Amino acid sequence: MAEKLKIASYWAADCGGCDVAILDTHEKFLDIVQAADIVFMPIAVDIKEKDVEAFPDGYIDVCFFHGAIRNSENEHMAKLLRRKSKVLVAFGSCAMMGGVPGLANFKDREGILSRVYFESPSTDNPDKVLPQTETQVREGVLTLPAFYEEVKTLADVVDVDYFMPGCPPASHQIVNVFQAIVAGNLPPKGSIVGASTKSVCEECSRIKENKTIKRFYRVHEIIPDPERCLLEQGIPCMGPATRGGCGAACPVANQPCRGCYGPLDGVIDHGAKYISALASVIDANNPEEAAKIFDQIADPAGMLYWFGLPASLLRRVRK
Amino acid sequence: MEQSFEPKIIGFLCNWCSYAGADLAGVSRLQYPPNIRIIRVMCSGRVDPSFVLKALKEGADGVLIAGCHPGDCHYESGNYKAMRRYLYLKKLLKEFGVEDERVRLEWISAAEGARFAQVVTEFTETIRRLGPSKFKEKAASVGKGA
Ligand code: SF4
Ligand code: SF4
Ligand code: SF4
Repeated sequence: MAEKLKIASYWAADCGGCDVAILDTHEKFLDIVQAADIVFMPIAVDIKEKDVEAFPDGYIDVCFFHGAIRNSENEHMAKLLRRKSKVLVAFGSCAMMGGVPGLANFKDREGILSRVYFESPSTDNPDKVLPQTETQVREGVLTLPAFYEEVKTLADVVDVDYFMPGCPPASHQIVNVFQAIVAGNLPPKGSIVGASTKSVCEECSRIKENKTIKRFYRVHEIIPDPERCLLEQGIPCMGPATRGGCGAACPVANQPCRGCYGPLDGVIDHGAKYISALASVIDANNPEEAAKIFDQIADPAGMLYWFGLPASLLRRVRK
Repeated sequence: MEQSFEPKIIGFLCNWCSYAGADLAGVSRLQYPPNIRIIRVMCSGRVDPSFVLKALKEGADGVLIAGCHPGDCHYESGNYKAMRRYLYLKKLLKEFGVEDERVRLEWISAAEGARFAQVVTEFTETIRRLGPSKFKEKAASVGKGA
């Protein structure tokens, strides 16, 4: 047998769910470790940054990088792993589009630090101490990463070979992609892997009747008909604007799609595209009535960019 | 600096009504500010909200969407769709700290050359008052990779 592949998995600004999703491939994970040595994966293997630095450049065959870039350490590790890896995969919504951490772009750096270190109800900080990148103590200088003004995607800071959407990517897709890697059967650089080119709606078995609606509901306000399209029942479901590949996991479980697989091919802005779908489903031809219906959507901007604000055209708030 | 600001405005005009209205303004030799660059679309319902965001991002200080009066849409309901999208888009812009007056929706018929000239004049003044958009971003800072 040929030499085993060397793979790595690393987390930057994220929840760790992507790593867990890799472990969640269950017995298939054993196939993975049979075909590959894990040379770096903080959740599972005790190998430190200095060990990675000691690897020759290009030593890692494939690195699954998950998490967004929110501070200088994330960026440093992205650059280090880029150098040490032959193939770098932006794994999961956070690395690919900024993900849930990217929602921080609705605020700015100053606003976030002030909320966390001065204003939150459980904070007691009378001297207004903020974390510093360098602090002199008797033993020497202590350092912390610098917190950035905005959350970035992985591709904003390094060259990325493949993009794999999902929050987290579906286990069966992880296995598919892994098998393609082992077989040396990867698509052209820059491709989206582990997903479909069709929308979530195409994978969703709910019945669509082109019904229009007079009001929107939040998920706790209604018990949806299990057979019919959620959007046509007034529950904002991002299926029409979202890339499939997850098997419509959320609508199958009676929850609306929130858009974690990102936009379809050729769409320049996921949220803006979804506005078109929402506008089509509303039954109101006068502006006052239409505005009232839209007012029932609790967090209009957050809903559109739940998983991809840093990759959107708007990207962040302007002061 | 403020003195020399000339707003850049992108106008998405529907083929059947508003573009013809703009044409009428032209052949009638009506005066209106030269700040608008017109893009003809088949229907105001063809204007995807992302076109508006892209225009703002790539340097427009204001975007005018104009279509047929309610009830007059060549495709029956494209203008209603445009209206509903526009309402949501304005909400979105506000949340991002972009003045929502930078995007305006108007109904202008093929016979309303004078109205077209008036809308453009008013809108140019609105944008002049708001000043340059902060939403513009140099292409370099959005580029992928490093
Ligand atoms: S993509 Fe989702 S699961 Fe993966 S790290 Fe980000 S938040 Fe967690
Ligand atoms: S909008 Fe949602 S519920 Fe309706 S078909 Fe699409 S994915 Fe299914
Ligand atoms: S249905 Fe939507 S939110 Fe749910 S896993 Fe699929 S893409 Fe993600």
